[in-house]
Amino acid sequence: MTVQSRIAPGGLTQQTLFAVPGMRCAACIATLESGLALVPGIIAARVNFTARRVAIDHVPELILPDIKAAIGAIGFEAEPIRDSSALIDTRESRALLRATAVAGFASMNIMLLSVTVWSGAGGATRDLFHFLSAIIAIPTVAYSGRSFFRSAWRALRTGRTNMDVPISIGVILVTALSLFETLTSGPHAYFDGAVMLLFFLLVGRLLDSVMRDRARSGVASLLKQTAPGARVINADGASAWFEAEALEPGQIMLVPAGERLAADGIIESGTSSVDLALLTGESTPAQVCAGAVVHAGTLNLERPLQVRVTAAGPDTTIADIARLMEQAGQGRSRYVRIADRAARWYAPAVHTLALLAFVGWLLAGAGWHQALLIAAAVLIITCPCALGLAVPAAQIVAAGALMRRGVLVKDGSTLERLAEADRALFDKTGTLTLGRPEPIDLNTLPAERRSVVLALAQASRHPLSCALRAALEAQGVRPARVEDLYEVPGFGMEGSFENHAVSLGRPMRCQGGEPMAVAFTLNGDAPALLHFRDALRPDAKETLGHLEAQGLACSIISGDSATAVKPVAKALNITAQTRMGPQDKLDAIARLTQAGCKVLMVGDGLNDGPALAAGHVSMAPASASDVGQNAADAVFLGDSLAPVATAILVAHRTMRVVRQNFVIAIAYNALAVPLALAGLVTPLVAALAMSSSSIIVVGNALRLRGAAR
Amino acid sequence: MTGLTLLIPLALLLGLCGLAAFFWALRSGQFDDMDGAALRILIDEEEQG
Repeated sequence: MTVQSRIAPGGLTQQTLFAVPGMRCAACIATLESGLALVPGIIAARVNFTARRVAIDHVPELILPDIKAAIGAIGFEAEPIRDSSALIDTRESRALLRATAVAGFASMNIMLLSVTVWSGAGGATRDLFHFLSAIIAIPTVAYSGRSFFRSAWRALRTGRTNMDVPISIGVILVTALSLFETLTSGPHAYFDGAVMLLFFLLVGRLLDSVMRDRARSGVASLLKQTAPGARVINADGASAWFEAEALEPGQIMLVPAGERLAADGIIESGTSSVDLALLTGESTPAQVCAGAVVHAGTLNLERPLQVRVTAAGPDTTIADIARLMEQAGQGRSRYVRIADRAARWYAPAVHTLALLAFVGWLLAGAGWHQALLIAAAVLIITCPCALGLAVPAAQIVAAGALMRRGVLVKDGSTLERLAEADRALFDKTGTLTLGRPEPIDLNTLPAERRSVVLALAQASRHPLSCALRAALEAQGVRPARVEDLYEVPGFGMEGSFENHAVSLGRPMRCQGGEPMAVAFTLNGDAPALLHFRDALRPDAKETLGHLEAQGLACSIISGDSATAVKPVAKALNITAQTRMGPQDKLDAIARLTQAGCKVLMVGDGLNDGPALAAGHVSMAPASASDVGQNAADAVFLGDSLAPVATAILVAHRTMRVVRQNFVIAIAYNALAVPLALAGLVTPLVAALAMSSSSIIVVGNALRLRGAAR
Repeated sequence: MTGLTLLIPLALLLGLCGLAAFFWALRSGQFDDMDGAALRILIDEEEQG
């Protein structure tokens, strides 16, 4: 995990990438690029709108917080991109795109030559055209077929077989045989078939890979980062900026209010409250004072702290949980995708059939050359073109439909696994509930006081202030003119309104069990208490109803205490397990899996990370910690829980279309294989059969476009 | 037949030109930001002066 910056060739500038999720339009691009170019120290800024990213070339003296502040001054929230994994992923898609382009070019040109042969060219012309086709086809097969050959070889070496084995054998055998035909002036060469097959299959594979990239970059731009670094006090009292991975145990970090901690540590001096939402999903801030242990990723809310680093980088609590997650995710990597499962019986069947055709025709008295030609025709006609295209085409159309409804699906197998799920486990805080405080008794305040509260609340970054501001702005309240605003550390906001002193802050005497409240006073009157609670997500009850109707039994699995979980469980009428640590959640999932259940885990916090990785399939809300989002197979946007049920519904529909496509592919084989066995398949018939079956399965997959409605 | 000796190499050459142009576009980053490219034409780049 290093900040994604590299020294430019000149050595004088450095490039840093920032995720800017708030970009919406052309004006945003112009504002960001022209605005950043005016900042001293920044040489150039270039926006990538698709990835919601901006690449900034700057002088090395300019440090991350300064650039972040500069972007903030222009009006955008930005986070430095620390993980390079999101960036190198597109390389696979690039290689596939190149291979597809080459195969497309070659198949068109070979088809051009083949049409002449089909329409009756003979003798020297036919030989010449076959020869030209060979010159185009052989390098193309070698270049574009690499990914299939490599994957087939990997499978064969470990004694398994997958979809790529019959493809590779078919393509290589057909190309070799066609070359032999060309050299001996034979009448049939199947170069067009071989190259077209590669082209169709590459399109399928490209779709699969593009879908993965799109969802991943969508998720990457949502990630809330842990702090990229901290200011460290040297022995002589001066302070210097250190990047997170350069921090060492024993150093003293200065953490101003409103910043995240870059490492685990013990508070040396200062008292404050910290927001643990990123780690636990818990919305109530925790009070900390000197001697308390604090973790990387928590947000310091009220007053500056000095923290002595105890663990940095790979030794932090976050890294520990990441390791637990890695182990939990190993079970899932054993999942075999449906196309590969189909190939397990399909490949041997096809190879046996081709072999039988060869032996049968030899026994029937045909020459070995003719028998081999028929066997090759069987291989090319049965090549799983429709299968290779059927699954990715259906999945990418469904994923696109889901994306428009606010669900980012990370890869095709997610949809397969979602359709299999028959048990759903939900975390409470942040998953069934919004994970942020919502004011519940705002309407007890008179309207003119609400506008004063808004004026006070919008000047503070405390979570309760932010909640007040959002709720009041949603009511259409306009802020009043409050003067002399200032923040009293550890208490709240003070100011004056029409020459009366007003304040908004922590209640004077904290009633027990009521930490989520603020007091509003005007001119020394009795304070008005405003209460907050963590509200249920909209549509939570309906969503659970839909899931039950689709055969998924739901329950809560929470790290919170029974008293905190009870009202939620009661409101939703489902059972709950409470006080579950990350390891307990893992064990619960393991027990259910042993009992034969396929578990859908829905969670958000860092503590859910291992469970999300261990579940058969998992989803996380976009408000989740970055660990939660990375571990989940799908991320849903917005406040509503409804996308969870939508995703399950679309997954079922997708699998129905995939099965239909399999039936179409089998029906096509039932028709075409007897023709091939009878030796009636000429290159023209092969080309027609292959393209028509591919068009039919893609057309069938396109019906999924409206599947999420 | 004699036309073919000219036309076929010409057809292949034109096809190769297209392929080379695509590779060049891919390498020079023109496919990096498809959505952004669509929006950039809307930006008014009239600098002062």
